[in-house]
Amino acid sequence: MGLFDRFKGLKAAHSAAKSCGDDPFAIRMDEVLSPTEAMIEGRHTILAGTNNYLGLTFEQSCVDASAEAVRTHGTGTTGSRVANGSYAGHKALEDSVAEFFGRKHAMVFTTGYQANLGIIATLAGPQDYLIIDSDSHASIYDATRLSSATVLRFKHNDPDDLDRRLSKLGNEAVNKVIVVEGIYSMRGDIAPLAEFAAVKRKHGAYLVVDEAHSMGVMGDTGRGAAEFYGVEGDVDFVVGTFSKSLGAIGGYCVSDHPEFDILRVACRPYMFTASLPPSIVASVAASLEVMKARPALRDDLWANVNQLYGTLQRRGFVLGPHKSPVVAVHLPDPATAIQVWHELLLAGVYVNLTLPPATPNNVALLRCSVCAAHTSEQLAIVADRLTEIAERHGVIGGTMRMAAAG
Amino acid sequence: MEVAESGTFERVVEVLRPFRKNEAPIERGSDLADDLRLDSLAVMDLMMELEERFDITIPLNAVPEIRTVGDLADFVAKQKAEG
Repeated sequence: MGLFDRFKGLKAAHSAAKSCGDDPFAIRMDEVLSPTEAMIEGRHTILAGTNNYLGLTFEQSCVDASAEAVRTHGTGTTGSRVANGSYAGHKALEDSVAEFFGRKHAMVFTTGYQANLGIIATLAGPQDYLIIDSDSHASIYDATRLSSATVLRFKHNDPDDLDRRLSKLGNEAVNKVIVVEGIYSMRGDIAPLAEFAAVKRKHGAYLVVDEAHSMGVMGDTGRGAAEFYGVEGDVDFVVGTFSKSLGAIGGYCVSDHPEFDILRVACRPYMFTASLPPSIVASVAASLEVMKARPALRDDLWANVNQLYGTLQRRGFVLGPHKSPVVAVHLPDPATAIQVWHELLLAGVYVNLTLPPATPNNVALLRCSVCAAHTSEQLAIVADRLTEIAERHGVIGGTMRMAAAG
Repeated sequence: MEVAESGTFERVVEVLRPFRKNEAPIERGSDLADDLRLDSLAVMDLMMELEERFDITIPLNAVPEIRTVGDLADFVAKQKAEG
């Protein structure tokens, strides 16, 4: 039995994906020209698969702050916050993030993945229950493996199912920690947080909301899905990332829990990794200010969402159930999805190819992410080229090959 | 571990059948991954289906211990007994 024998199935699936002529999981952007354009294999390409929702990656104030920080404070911290010390910038960023969310406490992590891994794994102990949505992101599933809690799943976006599962636990005096996401990353669907909040209250559970894809996107001030639904008071812990709307990398957790700070010396993915470098801390602090100062970015984003989602819907594509900056185009099978993805790339449009098992319900998706900085012309090109290629493959128009998907 | 009553075993097999990725016979000793070719995602979906059909709870933590159809039926029977 060889060391990698168990990856045989994975290798076969990867080979099938690569057979189109490009590796969908190893695309190289030789030059990134703007938040919405890059050179890929010598072609000028429109980027519609970046998660760069507000288009802040080239924002002048953020670039300047980052460049200034690297000159002043050096290239890296070379150690963990706990073992090797924090920089003033880390603490200042935590204060800014806490203030933005109107919370007492904030902790900053080196990645969003680690924020979920660390917070979720550490919150629930051996006697407790972690109850997660079945469509949860890999970072949440991985957190359950690091955790010592008993882990239950409920049906995706189904508060009634969550209620049933919590009811089965009875009135045991144990902690129950529910984990949901504001916007789900693969299909772009939005959690019914008001209903989840009601279930949480009924059972005296804790609620963790991952706002990775909804921060900067939803809510009057961009605090995410909980703000949009007016249930921030029911959310005990918000986790999220700096790698999407804020255009850099890093993660955070905010909370009003009075004992929150003990997590700093209990949460292993926080303690045993090097902290964010000064350049990133500075750019995130700057982009947070830009996001607060320019709510119109959110209006631009949603106008773009309406254009792309609306156009594709009118043309007969099967899309994710909600309008959001993640526009998930359903394809009938992985082979067709791979072909359409590749022809779209050759036509100068980059989107994400997502295949099972990363997708729920075994669907094959072309995952488009919309940016506030996309022009109307760019999105028209994305929709037109996708339509033309999909028609050629019989995905839309003529006889629909699509079975009822997800 | 107690042995599942035959009725439970039959019902588990019935739920399991559409999840396998080949036509291999489903027996007590059949390995879910090696013999029936269920990938990790299919196993998760199967567990959710069993939770629904039998009105039981199957914690994710228990899943790695369940390797064969017999393990699965025994676990379902145990959870049913515990209500």
